[in-house]
Amino acid sequence: MDIFAKVKEMIVEQLGVEEEEVKKETAFKDLNADSLDIVELVMAMEEEFDLEISDEQVEKIKTVGDVIQYLEANV
Amino acid sequence: MHERVSAGIIGTGSYLPDQVLNNYDLEKLVETSNQWICSRTGIQERRIADEDVSASDLAVRAAEAALEASGLSAGQLDLIIVATITPDMFFPSTACIVQDRIGAKNAVAFDISAACTGFVYGLTMAEQFVKLGTYRHILVIGVEVLSKFVDWSDRNTCILFGDGAGAAVLGPVTSQKGIQFSRLGSDGSGGDLLKIPAGGSKIPSSQYSLDNGLHFIKMSGKDIFKFAVKVMEHSTCDAMEACGLKVSDIDLLIPHQANLRIINSAAKRLKLPPEKVWVNIHRYGNISAASIPVALDEAVTLGKIREGSLVVLLGFGAGLTWGVNVIRW
Ligand SMILES: CC(C)(COP(=O)(O)OP(=O)(O)OC[C@H]1O[C@@H](n2cnc3c(N)ncnc32)[C@H](O)[C@@H]1OP(=O)(O)O)[C@@H](O)C(=O)NCCC(=O)NCCS
Repeated sequence: MDIFAKVKEMIVEQLGVEEEEVKKETAFKDLNADSLDIVELVMAMEEEFDLEISDEQVEKIKTVGDVIQYLEANV
Repeated sequence: MHERVSAGIIGTGSYLPDQVLNNYDLEKLVETSNQWICSRTGIQERRIADEDVSASDLAVRAAEAALEASGLSAGQLDLIIVATITPDMFFPSTACIVQDRIGAKNAVAFDISAACTGFVYGLTMAEQFVKLGTYRHILVIGVEVLSKFVDWSDRNTCILFGDGAGAAVLGPVTSQKGIQFSRLGSDGSGGDLLKIPAGGSKIPSSQYSLDNGLHFIKMSGKDIFKFAVKVMEHSTCDAMEACGLKVSDIDLLIPHQANLRIINSAAKRLKLPPEKVWVNIHRYGNISAASIPVALDEAVTLGKIREGSLVVLLGFGAGLTWGVNVIRW
């Protein structure tokens, strides 16, 4: 599975941003995502990848690349 | 043989205190901003009861309005159920106080505690009594004076809550109408996520409990947020499936008004367009058990609910608790 492609699709859908804006080094706060957007995104990922992402883990996630890295290690 | 009947809502009423507390007022109390509160919650203002006003005062006003709408007199009521987590006192029940004040001499009266799901729990209980024929006319009230249990120095919670009361009178109607389906849920393992720790038998009132602010609402916001979005989606889908209907058949979904972001997130998952989801949280904030009956009364009064409308009431909250009623108007 191409995790990056899937995550990118979910971010575009959830945050209403353009696909070109979503790169591995992009920080979520530069996508104008507030704390509850992140909660919704985390929920969508938990459902999509069938796992649970702890709050401590979420705290550490700053960029799109952080999410990919976490998912690649845990899916 | 009795003809099969459903329990139908034959009158609604609500009462909100006059005093308005808006987000700019809150900026003076805690480190917050109108912009933050609007964008994270959708709340613009909430109503606050005067110092000498208690739950029964609000409940009586809502009850009288609902009775008038139903065309019944107080003496015709067989049962009064009050859903609240902010009663006048531990006992007597707020329902007994209301019974006396509205002069419902023939009614049995008791309170139930199911937090923000309280009205849906109360309606579901009332439904059983009406269907069985145990009681004919039942008044269900959701009322809260949360402003007296909120820590006005805690910005995580004080921005969210408000005061108010809503009521509905139930009675027997033909089985094609009224409440068609109800389902309740509870999960006590999530009890710590939203609670008032002190004042009960576990942590009775003491200097210690006061000094530590344990009589105030404590909440784990993010966990509640996730729970709420999921339960709104799943309960609605389950209920529609059980009724042999589709989510798109719903004319109006009235969810508990906790946070606009919860409502929007769930509505998106359900693919329900905004005009099918009742929202009044911008005006009242979260009024717990009163939220659904206040919204219901508004939707009825404004003609959004008409004869034949398929209405879904959806509650969720502390307990954890949740519940849904599917009503054919
Ligand atoms: C309460 C709620 C709006 C808080 O949102 P959140 O995203 O979880 O908020 P957080 O506590 O993580 O705070 C996010 C940021 O806003 C800040 N913040 C928190 N409360 C704030 C407030 N009232 N005003 C301004 N800023 C605030 C935080 O300090 C944090 O800033 P940082 O990112 O710079 O550290 C949200 O969790 C919620 O609605 N949960 C459900 C609650 C509910 O409905 N309860 C009743 C159910 S019946």
